[in-house]
Amino acid sequence: MSDQTLLGLEASLRSTGQIPLEIDLHCASGEILALIGPSGSGKTTLLRSLAGLYNELEGYVRCQGRFWLNSQQQICLKPEQRRVGMVFQQYALFPHLNALDNLLLAMTHLPKSDRQTKALAMMERVNLAGLENRLPHQLSGGQRQRVALARALASEPDLLLLDEPFSAVDQVTRFRLRRELARLRKQIDIPILLVTHDLDEAMQLADRICVLHHGELLQVASPRELMQRPVSPDVARLLGLQNIFTGRVMEVEQDSLLLDWDGCSIRIAQSTSYELGQQVSWIAPPQSILLQRPDRPVPGDSENPVAGTLTELVVMGPHTSVRVTPNHAPELPLSFFIPLHYVERQQLHEGMAVSLSLKAHSLHVF
Amino acid sequence: MDWQALKVSLELAFWTSFFLFPIGIFVGRALAVRQLPFRPVIQSLIFLPLVLPPTVLGYYFLVAIAPDALLGSGWFWLTGRPLAFTFEGLLIVSLIANLPFAIQPVQNSFAAIDSDVRDAARVCGLNFWQALWKVELPLAWPGLLSAFLLTFTHTLGEFGVVLMVGGNLEGETRTLSIAIYDEVQALNMTAAGQMSLLLLVLAFVSLLLVQWKTQRFADKGQR
Repeated sequence: MSDQTLLGLEASLRSTGQIPLEIDLHCASGEILALIGPSGSGKTTLLRSLAGLYNELEGYVRCQGRFWLNSQQQICLKPEQRRVGMVFQQYALFPHLNALDNLLLAMTHLPKSDRQTKALAMMERVNLAGLENRLPHQLSGGQRQRVALARALASEPDLLLLDEPFSAVDQVTRFRLRRELARLRKQIDIPILLVTHDLDEAMQLADRICVLHHGELLQVASPRELMQRPVSPDVARLLGLQNIFTGRVMEVEQDSLLLDWDGCSIRIAQSTSYELGQQVSWIAPPQSILLQRPDRPVPGDSENPVAGTLTELVVMGPHTSVRVTPNHAPELPLSFFIPLHYVERQQLHEGMAVSLSLKAHSLHVF
Repeated sequence: MDWQALKVSLELAFWTSFFLFPIGIFVGRALAVRQLPFRPVIQSLIFLPLVLPPTVLGYYFLVAIAPDALLGSGWFWLTGRPLAFTFEGLLIVSLIANLPFAIQPVQNSFAAIDSDVRDAARVCGLNFWQALWKVELPLAWPGLLSAFLLTFTHTLGEFGVVLMVGGNLEGETRTLSIAIYDEVQALNMTAAGQMSLLLLVLAFVSLLLVQWKTQRFADKGQR
């Protein structure tokens, strides 16, 4: 066992109850680990298990070297014994207490004389100085979220759990709060678990992302790796990635392979070995696709050229959603976004012939 | 005005509310929060006094406190007194008859507390009792107040059960509502009217108090 995992969070959990959960994970101190997945995937149950609020479990939870749960040794600490800070989805502030008292109630383990000073300092840290005497219902959504975060940190926890902390506020506030969390985390040297169903949020804040589905971890990876090398078509679909196809392996070389994609040859840079004739799934992520007008070719070799027809063009703000139907297989369209200014400059329109270039290094075989 | 009867009524109402208060908190909370087995059965038993004729409740209670029955003989063994036609007997049956009034409002107000708020209290480091005292009870208190006042008022007005179990002993089991009945039987309408007016005012004021406090609590947005 490495020192890093000893001094972070380490959990191996199997549910013995109705809700499926089978998870092994670790999160180092100072790291933000995002848990993403569709609703019902077990994200919140996982958080509640770590906090001691869900106990139909086998396995263990160890945080900063101390066992919170160890079903073999019959250890199962109560929530109040675990030193967890948690921000609930709807914040769960104590509605009868003002902001400062909400913090003070989470500090019962500290000497009475220290509490007031520390609580005031914490209010300052989350930019809430001056609002100490407001009741929760007198605060805006964003302010409530800050109180909830301050309360979670006020107990000086060994683990911070954030359950969709930005879902209950408007878009503008959400961006500001995310930025504040990104800044605040540098001062917090504990593992942070962030549950979200918002992929952008996970990409912006997390060091690593866990993809959950039906209570199981499908992949744990850095945001970049996850988007470029999802481990399975299921993960790719959960991430909202499109353009997942199948193909047959035609040639295997040292650092690439050639696929037959319904009659079109696709070369993919890949060092993993595959057998000749094997049926595989592959994906063309957004960054792998280049669109060109056949009558205005770009100088140089085109990688994996695919001729097709532009069958759909939908302007969505600064981006345009594009669907291209390949000539060799009209039933397998590719969908991706291109900037609006490119559409305008190239005078693209529905029904025109286009050619795509799929960059071998950005394509991915599962 | 039958002052003795008023005293018995107020004492009965007070002690009934007093003893049912903690019972209401724990039973009401358990029914609201915990996943109890046989919950529909328990809930129905608690509601039973609400729909049962008071004579039926009174009859079964009399059977239970007969000198050779368990409750009756046990009580006699403990205190050396029988239960039938005593204030203590009246108090015990009154506790049973008022269970729905003592539990239902409390149960509703505990059920109205966001379960995340309860969980948050524990995660913040409070143990069960601290969380109950500092978070749950302050949030549930309109329900507690309602339960206390409803029990009090309803006991003041109790008639059938009192007559069945308590009889009509002056200074021991004759309550105001029974005194009113006696006066009407004796055609002393003035005396009956005075006492009726008193009960009417008491009942109305306590209901008003419940409404007023609950409303203020809701207005403050503390839910």
